[in-house]
Amino acid sequence: MPKQDIINSMYRVRFHGRGGQGMKTASRVLGKAFFLEGFEVQDAPRYGAERRGAPIFAYVRASRKAINERGIIRRPDLVVVADDSLVDIPAAGVSQGVSTATVVLIYSNHEPGTWKQRCSLPENVVTLPFPEDTQHEHRFISTICAGAAARLSGAISRDCLKEAVQEELADLGEEMVQANLSRALHAYDLMAPYSNLVVAGAGETGETFSKPDWIELPFEPARVSAPSIHAVLTSEKVATGLWRTMRPVIDDSLCQRCGLCNSLCPEGAISLDTAGFPQIDYVHCKGCMICVAECPTHAIHTLPEHETEKGLE
Amino acid sequence: MKRTLLTGNAAAAWGMRLAGVDYLPAFPITPQTEIIETVARWIDTGEIDCRMVTLESEHSMITAAGAAAATGVRVFSATSSQGLLYGMEMLYTVAGWRAPFVLVNVSRGLSSPITLEPDHNDIFAARDSGFLQIHCATCQEVLDSIILAYRLAEDERVRLPVIVNLDGFYLSFTREPVEIPKSETVARFLPPFDPGNVRFRASEPVSQAVAVLGGGPYSYFRYQAHLAAMNATSVFEEIGKEFEEFFGRGYGSLETYRSDDAELVFVMLGSFATKAKDAVDRLRAAGQAVGLVRPRLLRPFPADAFRQALAGKKGVAVIDQNLSAGSGGILHRELTAALYGQPETPPVLASFIGGLGGRNIGPEDFFGIAAETSQAIAAGKTPPPRLLFSEGELKDVRQLQAIAGISPEKPGRDA
Repeated sequence: MPKQDIINSMYRVRFHGRGGQGMKTASRVLGKAFFLEGFEVQDAPRYGAERRGAPIFAYVRASRKAINERGIIRRPDLVVVADDSLVDIPAAGVSQGVSTATVVLIYSNHEPGTWKQRCSLPENVVTLPFPEDTQHEHRFISTICAGAAARLSGAISRDCLKEAVQEELADLGEEMVQANLSRALHAYDLMAPYSNLVVAGAGETGETFSKPDWIELPFEPARVSAPSIHAVLTSEKVATGLWRTMRPVIDDSLCQRCGLCNSLCPEGAISLDTAGFPQIDYVHCKGCMICVAECPTHAIHTLPEHETEKGLE
Repeated sequence: MKRTLLTGNAAAAWGMRLAGVDYLPAFPITPQTEIIETVARWIDTGEIDCRMVTLESEHSMITAAGAAAATGVRVFSATSSQGLLYGMEMLYTVAGWRAPFVLVNVSRGLSSPITLEPDHNDIFAARDSGFLQIHCATCQEVLDSIILAYRLAEDERVRLPVIVNLDGFYLSFTREPVEIPKSETVARFLPPFDPGNVRFRASEPVSQAVAVLGGGPYSYFRYQAHLAAMNATSVFEEIGKEFEEFFGRGYGSLETYRSDDAELVFVMLGSFATKAKDAVDRLRAAGQAVGLVRPRLLRPFPADAFRQALAGKKGVAVIDQNLSAGSGGILHRELTAALYGQPETPPVLASFIGGLGGRNIGPEDFFGIAAETSQAIAAGKTPPPRLLFSEGELKDVRQLQAIAGISPEKPGRDA
């Protein structure tokens, strides 16, 4: 695929994953690799009051010219999804700003066609299947994603990727560097058929833009506009502080007792009772909804906290 | 010189390291903590020789910083947001001691409601304290400004503490290419602190800032600090040029970008100004004569440089990433005061409030600001202030309010 004018274009890459999967590391490895190739680079994680398992993202910009853009990438050229359970969750914002020009790389065992159909994603969906030893290999998810992204850009040599992994992970010791390196390079090689698929975009122009939908913000009385929470649950009433705005609720009649939710809950907040049915500890559930996304029989649904009249159960 | 990728926080730590700091009082707060963590690690590995002390609050931390600076050693500290405000009493006090040191502030919006993301209300709260303020737009500028700040603070004509400000997230956690200067070159540009008569010693008790009774002496001392701060504009220009001779990067009190032949000029502070730069390029490509003027110094306020840079412009759009409740954008007010009654003052001086609590200012916002200001120029009338806030954002707020059990139709019940 022919590249656009390389001087005025910029690679804009967004990594989506869950807290703990290493999206910041992925963005740093890719950023460093671009930098070693002679690009100007900006890489950053986006986090706030995050917790393990919550959707987070990180991003990389790379250009031959100085980069003046900052902050969230709204029109990405490449979106990398390290955790395929995020694709379905609107709040994770995976598809935000994705256009027909965007390449979407999903670390997933489902075929690209499945994702395109299921989530109305554009044509350029590429999947990177899990290695066989999934349990063990998931530890390397960040370097796997960075390696694959490097190849998709078509702008990064194998040597620069190698050097980037070595530099960014140096603090972890030689053994971990080598373990990560082999995964990153393997992913890089696997993506060979799609090398150069990503096209660096030109960004918005000052000629054709839609005027922002600014409004005149009217005065509203303090009983509406004071930032107070009037719902049943407030942090004061929850021993662990309140994270959730929505809660997962299990329908035992649909539950097959497979125990998947129990093993995937990042907070260990789902236990199994003597009959094998999962029980959610709402004091420790942070509302990440991994269980909802993973439940094979869709036995777990979500309920807004303000609709839980009883409050703490 | 080594060019590598550094976050704004790492760049701040490097600035401190190259400045050869003797003493670092510390207290953690997001998004600043990485700075002192980085320095602590270097002290631990023996890479730098500095005494670090963790204090029990920012109030104590700034007291310790001022007291140590008064003994004639080189002092560095860092804070953010609520921390800066917690130390506010001591900001005024140590500035009154005329003890030079450098404090980094990583800007973050103030409570309430609480946020972690940046705006400038924290640093604007310190604007009248006697601390000088250098505002950075890139990670490179963070490193360079800390070195410049020591020269500025320790200069005999100034001798005041300096705050170097960088935006949380957009600089603090964002890596960019940064040139790390050689320490030998920095040592030549910034030799060890020659404290002169700044020599507070436990063994030789003196009173650090006397008590004065009556407004006369008080006025004298405070106004002297003001005059010293005013001197800092020309001193900064001077050392900024010298910096260029050493390191190839020059710094003035204002950064002007494509503004010489511009008819319409954006004015804004900090890292979001690079977004404005990007918008300027895109608007220029679309045939609009737009430029940017960004103050690096907020204190002293570079009024003369502003008058010069904005003379004859048709319109100016000041984008304030702060809000003085009951007044509006602070930079807009200060700029208006500086330009009023001057020859060739721009007839339109529009005020936009944007980027509060890290709210993004996208290209379309800048294009919209340019369009609205152009209309005002055509109409010959400055428009009312505008908050950059969209229909979609109000919808998001309504959703949050719904979760909190409230809506305009169903306001909060009485107790």
